[in-house]
Amino acid sequence: MSTESAVQTAGQPAFYVTEEEHAHSSTLLGFWIYIMSDTLIFAALFATFGVLRHRYAGGPTAAEVLDIPGVALNTAMLLISSITCGFAMLEMQKRNKGSTLFWLAVTGLFGAAFVGLELHEFATMIAEGAGPQRSAFLSAFFTLVGTHGTHVTIGIIWLITLMVQVGRKGLVHENARRLMCFSMFWHFLDVIWIGVFSVVYLLGVL
Amino acid sequence: MFSNPDLWKFIFGRLTWQDILPETIVVYTFIVVAIGGVAIVAAITYYRKWGYLWNEWITSIDHKKIGAMYMILGLVMFVRGFSDAAMMRSQQAIAFGANQGYLPPHHYDQIFTAHGVIMIFFAAMPLITGLMNFVVPLQIGARDVAFPFLNNFSFWMTAAGAVIVMISLFVGVFAMTGWLAYPPLSELPYSPDTGVDYYIWGLQVAGIGTLLSGVNMVATIIKMRAPGMSMMKMPVFTWTALCTNILIVAAFPVLTAVLALLALDRYAGTHFFTNTGGGDQMMYVNLIWIWGHPEVYILVLPCFGVYSEVVATFCGKRLFGYASMVYATIVITILSYLVWLHHFFTMGSGASVNSFFGITTMIISIPTGAKIFNWLFTMYKGRIRFELPMMWSVAFMITFVIGGMTGVMLAVPPADFVLHNSLFLIAHFHNVIIGGVLFGIFAAINYWFPKAFGFKLDQFWGKVSFWLWVPGFYLAFMPLYVLGLMGITRRLNHFDDPSLQIWFVIAAFGALLIGGGILAMLVQIGVSIARRDQLRDVTGDPWDGRTLEWSTSSPPPEYNFAFTPIVYDHDAWWDMKDRGYVRPREGFRPIHMPKNTGTGAILAALAVAFAFGMIWYMWWLAAVSFVAMIVVAIGHTFNYNRDFDIPVETVVATEGERTALLARHA
Repeated sequence: MSTESAVQTAGQPAFYVTEEEHAHSSTLLGFWIYIMSDTLIFAALFATFGVLRHRYAGGPTAAEVLDIPGVALNTAMLLISSITCGFAMLEMQKRNKGSTLFWLAVTGLFGAAFVGLELHEFATMIAEGAGPQRSAFLSAFFTLVGTHGTHVTIGIIWLITLMVQVGRKGLVHENARRLMCFSMFWHFLDVIWIGVFSVVYLLGVL
Repeated sequence: MFSNPDLWKFIFGRLTWQDILPETIVVYTFIVVAIGGVAIVAAITYYRKWGYLWNEWITSIDHKKIGAMYMILGLVMFVRGFSDAAMMRSQQAIAFGANQGYLPPHHYDQIFTAHGVIMIFFAAMPLITGLMNFVVPLQIGARDVAFPFLNNFSFWMTAAGAVIVMISLFVGVFAMTGWLAYPPLSELPYSPDTGVDYYIWGLQVAGIGTLLSGVNMVATIIKMRAPGMSMMKMPVFTWTALCTNILIVAAFPVLTAVLALLALDRYAGTHFFTNTGGGDQMMYVNLIWIWGHPEVYILVLPCFGVYSEVVATFCGKRLFGYASMVYATIVITILSYLVWLHHFFTMGSGASVNSFFGITTMIISIPTGAKIFNWLFTMYKGRIRFELPMMWSVAFMITFVIGGMTGVMLAVPPADFVLHNSLFLIAHFHNVIIGGVLFGIFAAINYWFPKAFGFKLDQFWGKVSFWLWVPGFYLAFMPLYVLGLMGITRRLNHFDDPSLQIWFVIAAFGALLIGGGILAMLVQIGVSIARRDQLRDVTGDPWDGRTLEWSTSSPPPEYNFAFTPIVYDHDAWWDMKDRGYVRPREGFRPIHMPKNTGTGAILAALAVAFAFGMIWYMWWLAAVSFVAMIVVAIGHTFNYNRDFDIPVETVVATEGERTALLARHA
């Protein structure tokens, strides 16, 4: 805001803005702050997992129940979905509605594959008697991994909503802003997953 | 129809007729509340105010109205919390020897739990949030907060949490665990009733509101300051609000997480904090205090901001040591994360760990002490006007220093092993929370009331309230220090040693005086409304204020400022007055503002239904209302038409009225 455009009375600085004011959006900053707070939820869950990770209570250990090849495939799904999400953002910048929607759909499919594989992993473990009620270690495992999975699921619902909105209204300003937020959220889930993969799976089987 | 027990169980979960109004004393309360409620509903209907209420308040996204609603919620819940306190004080004053008093343990336990939960989450938090909501956008020269709809939603979620806790008064029981619901007591085997579930869901729902309002306020303060207002030119209250909201954003997620884990233990049979299966109770205690200690600074920092504004205004001086005040606030913000373990030195984490947390705790008293000196030096050689806000500020400085010193005593681990969980601790934290937070809120209410409603509060009844409150506080809590040093622990509903009774009787008398103080405060508000024409503030600047909120009219127009102010110095309004600022009378423009929406209130109502379903195991209700919440929230995002322009004619008319009013009283 330049002061020249403001009213000047003799010998006084301008005390108020008289030009047309432009609304400045705080959405991206607000979303960053939200992501930071969500990170802290995960921090609390990681800390809990860290404390409880050897509390097997006579039940199966991490090395016995965790399926590393399966989770490697799972990780690949999520990482690829982040790349395709990036492609969608690039197309959005070019204002290509069709290809934005295409890459968003691909992102959603990879995300769904991730959730599907995770649910399959959970079902297998529960069937083997390694459910969340078995020991504190498994409670912490299911909660930490499951909270991430819930976030991905919410992300997919959000993604579908956004695709409908982009389909209807096109890449208008509001939708572009929402897509930016979605993309931040999706990459954030990737970062969290790197932590989950390292702390829960890799450290678990070492 | 309901002869089939399975059908009954499906529809009503574990709710039975016996759960409704389980205690005689609660029946009387219910009768009073019901009569009051019916009277209010009837009055609103008779005066045809439902439309007004819905359009002007419930759906309002105006930060000033949301702030006022937060204050009303906070005051109503404060009265509820005080009635719990009065019951405890009277029980402890009579329950000696053969006399068991009138509150059996299972009821007494609910009362002290409800007292703590309500006072912190549903009285202090809404009062603080309400203040920040009302004051901050005005102080930074903004027209609203960064996310106005989110602000409305946050308020209604907080109110929904309060509703959930209030329902527990009449349907089922509340938690009997103490206000932080430590496991294993709060686990299903030891608390099988609905109490802890009311606690969990009430706090989770309100917690969403608090967290989102924190995000909102941080974004508002960072992005929406008037041109020229650099960080080091922000009013001190805005600074403390920024630090408090950063604390909210950084602390409340931990509360959400730990309560979710407790809920999983209770609902899904996990083993986070159980006695069996490898659970760890101290994990809960650590996590909840990682939220809980920053929480006390969340409450007190904005009050430090209030005192800074009040002392500078009523001494007619620039605040002494502005920069040191800001840095002290920041240091407290950071240190508040490094002290949580002092709440449980007795955990047995060893001398080194306890020393670390003891020392960090003592270090916090340094920036806090610096603040006290800043206020004193501001008063030094100032022209002090002992108006009500200033009186509360002086009462705070004396009281808070005493509470702070007993806090340093508790920070010494060996001393804490003796004083832990004793009435000394109770006296200490009431000393700092009443003396620090509540006195600050009273100062703030008296200070900003004319800005919010356009007339001052009555001074006589304000002084009556003050002189009942302050001695009442000392009489109610100083005896608890004595009892605590004698080794009396908290949360007891009966005592054997008759020699202790006199101290409890004194404390009960103090509570009586405080009750009188609260009554006088309600009378003060009533009298002020009746005498509003004599008390009218026509200038918009009744106290000769220093910050931007006093530059606009009282109450401010919907758009706050017809033109966004430009700031050159802190105490911007003082600077403007000093340089002979002339209020603009022409050149107005249409003003872009957000539209009202009912989505926030609808989502909050669904959250209450969801919580009720979860608490009573009515799974269909929980599922239906959860899905409904998602549908309503998604539906809201399909509305792209959220703003409107206040036409220039309206702005011209509003500002013209003010010009005429100022001219009449010039």
